[in-house]
Amino acid sequence: MVHLYKNNGYNIALDENSGSVHIVDELVYDILDAMSSDDFLTAEKFVSSHDGKYGIEETKEALSEIEELKAQGMLFTDDPYRKFINDFQKHETVVKALCLHIAHDCNLSCRYCFAGEGKYHGDSALMSFEVGKKALDFLIENSGSRKNLEVDFFGGEPLLNWNVVKNLVEYGRMREKEAGKNFRFTLTTNGVLLNDEIMEFVNKEMGNIVLSIDGRQDVHDRMRPFRNGKGSYELILPKFIKAAESRGQERYYVRGTFTHYNTDFAADVLHMADLGFKQISIEPVVAPPEADYAITEEDVPVICEQYDILAQEILKREKEGRGFNFFHFMIDLEGGPCVYKRLSGCGSGGEYLAVTPEGDLYPCHQFVGLDGFRMGNVEDGITDIALKDRFAKVNVYSKKECADCFARFYCSGGCAANAYNFSGDITGNYAIGCALQKKRIECALMIKAALADFE
Amino acid sequence: MKHIKTLNTKKLQNTVKKGGCGECQTSCQSACKTSCTVGNQTCEHSK
Repeated sequence: MVHLYKNNGYNIALDENSGSVHIVDELVYDILDAMSSDDFLTAEKFVSSHDGKYGIEETKEALSEIEELKAQGMLFTDDPYRKFINDFQKHETVVKALCLHIAHDCNLSCRYCFAGEGKYHGDSALMSFEVGKKALDFLIENSGSRKNLEVDFFGGEPLLNWNVVKNLVEYGRMREKEAGKNFRFTLTTNGVLLNDEIMEFVNKEMGNIVLSIDGRQDVHDRMRPFRNGKGSYELILPKFIKAAESRGQERYYVRGTFTHYNTDFAADVLHMADLGFKQISIEPVVAPPEADYAITEEDVPVICEQYDILAQEILKREKEGRGFNFFHFMIDLEGGPCVYKRLSGCGSGGEYLAVTPEGDLYPCHQFVGLDGFRMGNVEDGITDIALKDRFAKVNVYSKKECADCFARFYCSGGCAANAYNFSGDITGNYAIGCALQKKRIECALMIKAALADFE
Repeated sequence: MKHIKTLNTKKLQNTVKKGGCGECQTSCQSACKTSCTVGNQTCEHSK
């Protein structure tokens, strides 16, 4: 299948199975469009059905270019992967990444928090050093021959339990040498307790830090207040600016959430860019449909238009030498992930697990505390094998909505937690999320096309 | 080519043989904690 679309003056043809991206002229665009419903299209048939818009010679020339790309496996490529999927599912998965819920507690009271003020439907709790150590031991022991192991310190707010974070990093550094592993630590924080001492440690030890901020002050403060209702923007912003600078504007993200209340979120992304941040990620909120701030179907066209506005502004700033990186438009056409990664996605419930303060294992941070999703604990390992098997079978071919979707090798079937929350099934789908994901990919490819024009 | 400009030379089919080492970053550990963004991950072997 070939996905054809127009964006910002570019005609783009994405060959879904090979991942080849072609910028085509109007003639080829119309031919490819006609070919999608006619397997036996000839130059004569095409010319006569387009009322003299195109000549026969140029049509033949365009058709020969299309045939050449077909022969090279870059257009109308068949799906060569489906036949491998059964073998792929039988692979013994190893664990390579843990999301450590260092604190099930928070010093903010964000209205959209999927963790319910950090507590994940349970009591507030802090992870002990002992539980954290067992989690790292579990990771090392279950990681097979994988060298790179990832550990994200998450919450709630992990800085509420900072000493344990520091001690676990030290423990990990001690164990990685003898185990032949390499720990990649990351931290996700709301910034309230961030200070110079913490940043010094983070800069020395952590491969990435995710700083939670939603954009403009009114937007941020509406959704991210303290318990007393006061907004947190003024307190955290100077700390985040300093943190980003201290890392040379690399290996960090300012990460925000947009909701029904700020569907004009391009302004929030640009606000952060104007503040000097170079690594920016803003995502649509994931919320139950009845929440007042949930993204609605009516919001989708508005949000898609915002992605277009943002893409064009990013290109403009890039040309002016003041570009920035928007996480959801990042796409690596030459060195991107292999097809195995694209089939299996985030690896939740298999190579990626979340650990609660008590040491319980869940498929990912979003499933923590949900009935029926506890997989085991760091002491005994994974004990619910049936649940593990259910997650192992989640891939783009197990989701019927993905079968004909052009985006399937970019989002890899999307987020299992979103699918579960909206359809009651981890192999279901979340239609609004899919629509936005597709738009982001279209914008990302357009940006690549435009950047190729600059060169 | 006169009518078509191709942006990338690497084909996904070619990753079937050599792919699957699993050393790459887990997507949710990067910056997205509520969506799935795999296409922007980088292969460890292309660094």
